[in-house]
Amino acid sequence: MREKVRIPSGCAVAGILHQDGRRVSGEVIIRSMEVMHERSNGLGGGFAGYGIYPQFAELYAFHVLYDDLSARSEVEELLQKDFTIEQEESIPIWENSTITDHPFFFRYFLYPKRTRDNEEDVVVRLVMTINAMIEGAYVVSSGKNMGVFKGVGYPEDIGRFFRIEEYEGYCWIAHGRFPTNSVGWWGGAHPFNLLQFSVVHNGELSSYGVNRRYLENFGYLCTLQTDTEVIAYLVDLLLRRHRVDPSFLGAILAGPFWSQIEEMNEPQKSFYRALRITYGGALLNGPFSIIVGFEGGMFGLVDRIKLRPMVAGWSGDTFYLASEESAIRAIAPSLDVVKALHAGEVMIGRLKEGICHGQEFAFPRV
Amino acid sequence: MAKSLLFPEFKIERDAERCISCQVCVRQCANEVHSYDPEDDTVYSAEEHCVGCQRCVTLCPTGALEIRKREIGFRPNANWDVASIRNLYKQAETGGVLLTGMGCDKPYPIYWDHLLLNASQVTNPSIDPLREPIEIRTFLGKKEPFLEVAWSEEFAGLKTRLAPQLELSIPVLFSAMSYGSISYNAFRSLVEAAKEIGTFCNSGEGGLHPGFYPLGDWIIVQVASGRFGVTPEYLEVAAAVEIKIGQGAKPGIGGHLPGEKVSPEISRTRRIPVGSDAISPAPHHDIYSIEDLERLVFALKEATRYEKPISVKIAAVHNVAAIASGAVRAGADIVAIDGIRGGTGAAPQVIRDNVGIPIELALAQVDERLRKEGIRHRASIVIAGGIRSSSDVVKAIALGADAVYIGTSALLALGCHLCQKCYTGKCNWGIATQDPYLTKRLNPQMGKRRLVNLLRAWSLEIKEILGGMGINAIESLRGNREQLRAVGLTKEEAQVLGVKMAGEGW
Repeated sequence: MREKVRIPSGCAVAGILHQDGRRVSGEVIIRSMEVMHERSNGLGGGFAGYGIYPQFAELYAFHVLYDDLSARSEVEELLQKDFTIEQEESIPIWENSTITDHPFFFRYFLYPKRTRDNEEDVVVRLVMTINAMIEGAYVVSSGKNMGVFKGVGYPEDIGRFFRIEEYEGYCWIAHGRFPTNSVGWWGGAHPFNLLQFSVVHNGELSSYGVNRRYLENFGYLCTLQTDTEVIAYLVDLLLRRHRVDPSFLGAILAGPFWSQIEEMNEPQKSFYRALRITYGGALLNGPFSIIVGFEGGMFGLVDRIKLRPMVAGWSGDTFYLASEESAIRAIAPSLDVVKALHAGEVMIGRLKEGICHGQEFAFPRV
Repeated sequence: MAKSLLFPEFKIERDAERCISCQVCVRQCANEVHSYDPEDDTVYSAEEHCVGCQRCVTLCPTGALEIRKREIGFRPNANWDVASIRNLYKQAETGGVLLTGMGCDKPYPIYWDHLLLNASQVTNPSIDPLREPIEIRTFLGKKEPFLEVAWSEEFAGLKTRLAPQLELSIPVLFSAMSYGSISYNAFRSLVEAAKEIGTFCNSGEGGLHPGFYPLGDWIIVQVASGRFGVTPEYLEVAAAVEIKIGQGAKPGIGGHLPGEKVSPEISRTRRIPVGSDAISPAPHHDIYSIEDLERLVFALKEATRYEKPISVKIAAVHNVAAIASGAVRAGADIVAIDGIRGGTGAAPQVIRDNVGIPIELALAQVDERLRKEGIRHRASIVIAGGIRSSSDVVKAIALGADAVYIGTSALLALGCHLCQKCYTGKCNWGIATQDPYLTKRLNPQMGKRRLVNLLRAWSLEIKEILGGMGINAIESLRGNREQLRAVGLTKEEAQVLGVKMAGEGW
């Protein structure tokens, strides 16, 4: 079932963040995605919810997909090397006619045994090992107090299949796929997740080969051959390991043009110059609009010359992102502010904060 | 003396109806092929001296001359080709090592011609370089693995100090060609062109004429085994310093500039007495191990206050990946690799044509090795040796190079016709000679214009190719072997190159 092929795709993305920390049912994000039905083709949909496991908030929640259950003992053996399994259960699903031929889903709540290594690095290594080495098993998500639900089908059907209306989260991000050259498989659907970071992506990366090789330098194995995977790992590398402030992520992933840097004043000029020189391998090229969920927030980012759509909206304490304004209006008919993201622009929302913007690098079109 | 068995290589056909006996050919040929007999008002040609440089053909005002490769009527023999027979006769007559110039001309596979590039369709739009910016600006030097920054909302304070970088407006530099191997005017054309374009020119191992000190910002100076012209000032004026360990045309051997070429001006440049031979030993006599290389790298860094990138140039030989890795670990900020097709002013033919490996394979292996070791960011890779076109440049970058050196291509732009006689000092095109009568044939302003035109054309073509791939910054191509596919190669060759076969998808 798992095909090791890279799957470029056109897609729908949406995200909701309640900046006051209020948790809402996943039903809302399903309704938002339903509007954009035509942007998907039934070959992939998925959701990430943050704040959905308050009873296990301090534990790593592993969502694992099994093509068949024979891999289960091998995975659990690996998990138990570095972690104690606090609870394990199959993820509840609603069997219905829209979703057929699905794999098995388990979730594990894990707390780390004491090691000398950085706890999060241990998680990353474990996820890489399972995904690369164990045939028929795939870690869908590995963060704390969050989880990813994804599979082959239209996003609204996938959402109901996983009964996400029964979970409450302060942040939801979602994706509907339109893969262009493959039947797609359950693990290849979005969001892609590593630790707290989940990425949904509309686009295709021409820089995939470069990004993959760049990440190998830092120990990330890109086993899934999907371009979105590299975005998830880049986000982890930059935000967690290099401690980049999210509002500057656009300056790296969709860096400003040299001609724009030339026009800056010092010390900004030297700073952006240094970013581009140092992070050339992390530059994402090709069309994309992405939404990234992380612990306590969410941001949207579009490519350097805006080849994919993304709209942001605010209503009271709620921050919305979507491929189309209609998807936001479907769940929030009256918005205080609506704004289309510019090329290279980062739009961030954080818990307990008002509207915040990253930098903006719209390049004037000829 | 017995008549030589050496047969003329070229046949000169002079159309008597067209020839007006103007004697342009007589004056243009430094090999004294053509001579005028005033008695019968006829120009005669001594074919045995002709090197096939086509200077007379190009300048003949009536188009009366045609010079063609002579078909020698030996009985066909698959083992004994004409070139081998000729070389054998020559050695039987002279008892010497056969010299030659320019790069290897043997038909070894040219892998650039077996690599095809990608383009975008539908899911990933191509970008029109006339409407959107496509960036090919390139930085050479050590890159930091990450930046230490004091992040704040408005402005982020950079704490890491970047290693020194060379900034290029196009990922192409002019290769090491010393004043001595080429003329002052040829060197001036290269430096001035580098300045106008925003790239760099390499001094070669012959020192730097004081006339070029003001242009030092666009010059990479070499420190080679002969240490010619290496002075504090030389290091001071340069943009970067390159330690020359090897050269693609003659890996493992040194060089020799005959004393008769050491004119007063060359003497000022090389810092040796007029008329004395300039011998570059095969190894550096202070480098017998990788630790020794490290000492020289850091001696040069100290001498330049860590303000300039230090490059190490090596020839592409069998174990090139491990050697490059050693050079990086020894502190090189740039590793320059010169392949078997790399040019030279003079080299033993047997070395040029038989030692070393194609640059494509070397590059693929070096890039792979440095990545595997996690040290690829610690040095830039610049490759040299047979880059002919913008597509070669693009393929080299996709294979993993940061930039390329061009030598032969630059000389061709200046008028070189690849006769391979650079070592004779009789270059009729005024490039590889010190004879003032010949050097004045190359006007540095016109030479510069031709070089600038060449690189401008290449940069437009590179942008077209990148735009077609949907890539708008060259760093997204660097090492992006997904953009390459092999055609007409064996599986093993494709494997060494690290590319998939044409027809395979992502």
